[in-house]
Amino acid sequence: MLNKWLFRKPGNTLEAERADDRPAPRAPDKLFTACPSCKSAVLSTDLEKNMNCCPHCDRHFAWSARKRIQALFDEGSFVETDAELTSDNYINFPDYDRKLLDARRKSGEHEAVLCGTATIDGHKTAVFAMEGAFMMGSMGSVVGEKITRLFEKALHEGLPVIGFTVSGGARMQEGILSLMQMAKTSAAVKKHSDAGLLYICVLCDPTTGGVTASFAMQSDIALAEPRALICFAGPRVIEQTIRQKLPEGFQSAEFLMEKGFIDRIVSRADMREELRVLLMLHQKEGVHAGD
Amino acid sequence: MQAIDRVLAARSKDRATAAQYIPRLFDDFTELHGDRRYADDQAILAGIARLNGTPVTVVAIEKGEDTKSKVARNFGSAHPEGYRKAIRQFLLAEKFGRPVITLIDTAGAFCGLGAEERGQGQAIAESLMTLSALQTPVLAVLTGEGGSGGALALALADRVWMLENAVYSVISPEGCASILWKDASRTQEAAESLKLTASDLLDMRVIERVIAESNTLDATCETLKAAMVDEISALRALPLNELMSDRYARFRCMGGVLP
Ligand SMILES: [Zn+2]
Repeated sequence: MLNKWLFRKPGNTLEAERADDRPAPRAPDKLFTACPSCKSAVLSTDLEKNMNCCPHCDRHFAWSARKRIQALFDEGSFVETDAELTSDNYINFPDYDRKLLDARRKSGEHEAVLCGTATIDGHKTAVFAMEGAFMMGSMGSVVGEKITRLFEKALHEGLPVIGFTVSGGARMQEGILSLMQMAKTSAAVKKHSDAGLLYICVLCDPTTGGVTASFAMQSDIALAEPRALICFAGPRVIEQTIRQKLPEGFQSAEFLMEKGFIDRIVSRADMREELRVLLMLHQKEGVHAGD
Repeated sequence: MQAIDRVLAARSKDRATAAQYIPRLFDDFTELHGDRRYADDQAILAGIARLNGTPVTVVAIEKGEDTKSKVARNFGSAHPEGYRKAIRQFLLAEKFGRPVITLIDTAGAFCGLGAEERGQGQAIAESLMTLSALQTPVLAVLTGEGGSGGALALALADRVWMLENAVYSVISPEGCASILWKDASRTQEAAESLKLTASDLLDMRVIERVIAESNTLDATCETLKAAMVDEISALRALPLNELMSDRYARFRCMGGVLP
């Protein structure tokens, strides 16, 4: 059964330095989680009740895709699509089979994105949420395929798309096929867009590489969670290139907003209401929820 | 030849750059500069030319030939303004009904402060969206290195070709070995595993054609030009709706998952 694993805290992270951002799964830390921002010890159950945000300083911790969808959309409204799609080791890349098995076990999901439809206050929308605990939310063929199918379904049914990105970028283990997913998803987003349909993307921590350079940056309205790392090249790659430390806050959601790449920064606590209002403002005149 | 040898050949300092290909493939190349937003990124060499008489838009990545021009061209690693310069040329091509030919040779989009600040990811994402719906034929030719998103940004095309010793990959073999295995000595194995040679990609149907390289650049360009002339005229003969749906289908079926 999937459920057994479903709410396990993610164990793998984008970079080692980010590891302490996440609730540690080890036994001594089980009850309490140390918040790296305000240093307070937070009861893990309180953290979970608070959408994985620190109750003292609102630091946003990693959040599973399934919990995110369950918390932000109408209860029981999520109808998952293409849940059964799983990756193969298409190019016989060393060790990929084992990594896929580990990722399934760790995340409780079949792949690094969940797709489907759901409602907010009765407004129906297509939705995808990426799962950072599955190989860092990296995009391989199945992630690309599921996102593409979702935009095609939304186009067919005249639905908006709301997406949550969490990704280390393209998945190396599928070689060029991962890169091609950037092209495939971009073409699907463009078709959906050209039909006059709304796409809202919420950039979460972290959104990087090939996902940033494709569907994460192609939305009509770009929201971001506070302090999320959003970049094309990761901080370490840049520091290696320029041989100096990056300024504090470089590539944070706040930085991107200052540079003009994000519309709004929205806390998890306000996200549902924000999305509800945006969906409502895009309703065609004379059409109401449930019609 | 092993995969790593192709990688080294593609990067060789003796390998021809776009500035050498362009006069051998096209006539009357007229360079057009700038993105109208921020700057003129010289890593992108773009303009209008004639291919066997037909006006075409040419967008190329230029690495530079000598030290001075290499620096000016940023060694062929474009900034966001380079991709925005390309997008401007794509849209002009569509407006005036010119086919687009891209020549790609880059280690990757530039990774630096300015590039991030000005939205490298957004620029590439926009180029991909633009090309996916561009109402005119697009032919992409990888002449050397096809470095990840920075190469793909100019390669969402109706036909994608590679020269025999070009490579095309999601990540460099060095990057792959150091990130995945924390072991730079496994670069050769990474090159092999990534399946990045022209013949690998032809097998995977990621590209349509491999252009054989002759002993001289002139001879290689003669082969390439003849193929381009035929292909562009075939693509122009297609009804526009067919061209567009074929382009969508070309990428739609990639990835080993049956719809
Ligand atoms: Zn805190």
